[in-house]
Amino acid sequence: MQNPWLKRLQAGRIIDTLLPLVAVAGALIVGAVILFLLDKNPVEAYKAMFTGAFANKNGLADTLVKATPLLLVGLGIAIAFRGGVINIGAEGQLVVGALMTTFIGLSLGEKLPGWLVIIIALAGGALMGGIWGGIPGYLKARLNVNEILSTVMMNQIAVQVGFYLLRGPMIDPAEVAAGTNIPHSARLPKSVDLPRFVDIARALGFTERAKDLGLTGFNAELYGLFAEPTRLHTGLLIAIVMAVLVYILLWRTTIGYRIRAVGISPAASRYAGINVQRYMVLSMGLSGAFAGLAGAVEILGLHHRMFEPLSVSAGYGFSGIVAALFGKLHPLGVIPSSILFGGLLVGGDKMQRAVQIPQVLVTAVLGLVVLFVVGSEIWSRRRANRRVSTGPDELSGAAGEASS
Amino acid sequence: MNEGLSVLAIIVGIAHSGIRLATPYLYAAIGETFSQRSGVLNLGVEGIMLMGAYSGFFVVFKTGNLFLGVLAAALTGILMGLAMAFISVTLQAEQGISGIGLFMFGLGASSLLFKTTLGTVEGVKGFPELHLCLPSGYCLSDFPVLGEIFLGHSLMVYGAFALVPVSWWILNKTTWGLKIRAVGQNPQAADTLGVSVAAVRYITISIGGMLAGIAGASLSISLLNIFQENMTNGQGFIAVALVYFGSWTPFGVLAGAMLFSLINALQLWVQVLGLNIPSDVAVMLPYLLTIIVLAFPFRRALQPAALTKPFERGEN
Repeated sequence: MQNPWLKRLQAGRIIDTLLPLVAVAGALIVGAVILFLLDKNPVEAYKAMFTGAFANKNGLADTLVKATPLLLVGLGIAIAFRGGVINIGAEGQLVVGALMTTFIGLSLGEKLPGWLVIIIALAGGALMGGIWGGIPGYLKARLNVNEILSTVMMNQIAVQVGFYLLRGPMIDPAEVAAGTNIPHSARLPKSVDLPRFVDIARALGFTERAKDLGLTGFNAELYGLFAEPTRLHTGLLIAIVMAVLVYILLWRTTIGYRIRAVGISPAASRYAGINVQRYMVLSMGLSGAFAGLAGAVEILGLHHRMFEPLSVSAGYGFSGIVAALFGKLHPLGVIPSSILFGGLLVGGDKMQRAVQIPQVLVTAVLGLVVLFVVGSEIWSRRRANRRVSTGPDELSGAAGEASS
Repeated sequence: MNEGLSVLAIIVGIAHSGIRLATPYLYAAIGETFSQRSGVLNLGVEGIMLMGAYSGFFVVFKTGNLFLGVLAAALTGILMGLAMAFISVTLQAEQGISGIGLFMFGLGASSLLFKTTLGTVEGVKGFPELHLCLPSGYCLSDFPVLGEIFLGHSLMVYGAFALVPVSWWILNKTTWGLKIRAVGQNPQAADTLGVSVAAVRYITISIGGMLAGIAGASLSISLLNIFQENMTNGQGFIAVALVYFGSWTPFGVLAGAMLFSLINALQLWVQVLGLNIPSDVAVMLPYLLTIIVLAFPFRRALQPAALTKPFERGEN
């Protein structure tokens, strides 16, 4: 620790890590001010939010259930942003993924063993999302079409495709028979439901309830989260495994290295012989595939049927961006970050019921988090520039590589 | 097929609704043209529109004064524009992502404000349609075809169309317009000549915000006279695309907005007439069309060179 540069560097890294936390705190404070001006009690609101999301097994389960699509979408966003393309189209990619999964589940569900259909349906959802994301990627790479705009358009198209299919070819025959014609699909066969945590716990022999074991307080809730019936399903495990795989992809493989290189400097990458266009399409396609997988997991794990596209996507395409940014675009960082924002979404719902403050407050706060996070990046950038221009190059380069 | 309507009446009907529906697109996209011409992509237009729609609606509901309503929407838009300017110009943040943040904030905040301050309100009495009736009782808006298409709209509609030549004149014939274009094309050069890049961008983003706010109000106090959660339903994003579509010129934006709103009107009439075309497919058309138009290669040269690039003195 004699080297003053090392000290400065580490102080800087701590600030870099703390910045997103400060951003969330700032967003919550602005939210509190808005509530105060609206004559609502912010303390009461945030308390209801926190206890609703984290204090008991059902709140925790819902938080993790919402964290699942956030994590998957966030992983996709992280890949795209690392690769230098901006994917605003996760909403649409999620919707087409969900539609594809529903289609596969309904058409194969009775014919093949459940586990096989689940694998095919997850892969199909991811593939469809990948195609939906790959199209804007291709248009950007080949024809220089701004991917921000094309993905926004693709979102709208996906929603309309969804409505068209759900009102026509994919509508639940029972709805037609009843004459109600509500646009949703039939329920998928039970054999293709992703197992819930409670199913696994029972299979492993944890059949007692928390109170039979004499557990009380938070321990009982925690035990209940895994061993008693909640909505928590194994999609969460899929998402966490994917996070690790994305980490390996981005930092331990040549493909990942090239994706990141293109993101940092397309010109330098081209000079180094990387096919920049191909990697742009790949980043967008992978990004879409993860959003599509999120849609697939939502259908198989939670909804078990497809209904109104925007209710299935539920804004995850946008809140996933928040989760990714807050996780510093690092696959493993997105895990805690999506749990935090999953909690915020669940807490908003509980807050609305407990103290009658509309849950849309959470949407506004999420927007503020984005603004604060991207706004505060200038300080990390400036410090990074200082490091490069005046510090020992090899040192900061190596440390940067290890930390990021 | 409804036998009572002649083909002419249908065409007139489509043209009339097309002009009406173009209003919010025009306000928002012309505003966005200013901001993009100076090099800033403000993707938060949708959020600003929602906040403008709410504040216009709120003020009209409380005071009944339509012009105060427009003023409130414009001020809200300017404030949000300034916030975007601070983040994208002063803090040099990635513009696409900060726009999404602004959108989410506007989406949440407008709905939160509506639910806590008004709750369930049916509607307000918005801008009246101008039928230009003579003392004899004959209304000019009943004049066959021309009157039926172009008259009988509200002031907000005419305001939107008046904005097109005015903004063309500002951008192309005034010193101000020259500065805006210079800053968007080559900020370094503009800076050397003593033009403050930051000041120009702050002003254009504020103009964009103001017009986006008014665009929202044109929905809530002129075209629909209600407020609903997420009532803009993607129109703000379309407006941003229309600027690309219209090659960053006001008249190009006008052409794009009319094309869009005419297809929308056509689609509404298809439903009215009960034609056997799935309306979901018709709704999809404008978005497909936009992607196709964006893919035309000749357009690359028209884009302001510094679009989405933050400017920092001493760079390069």
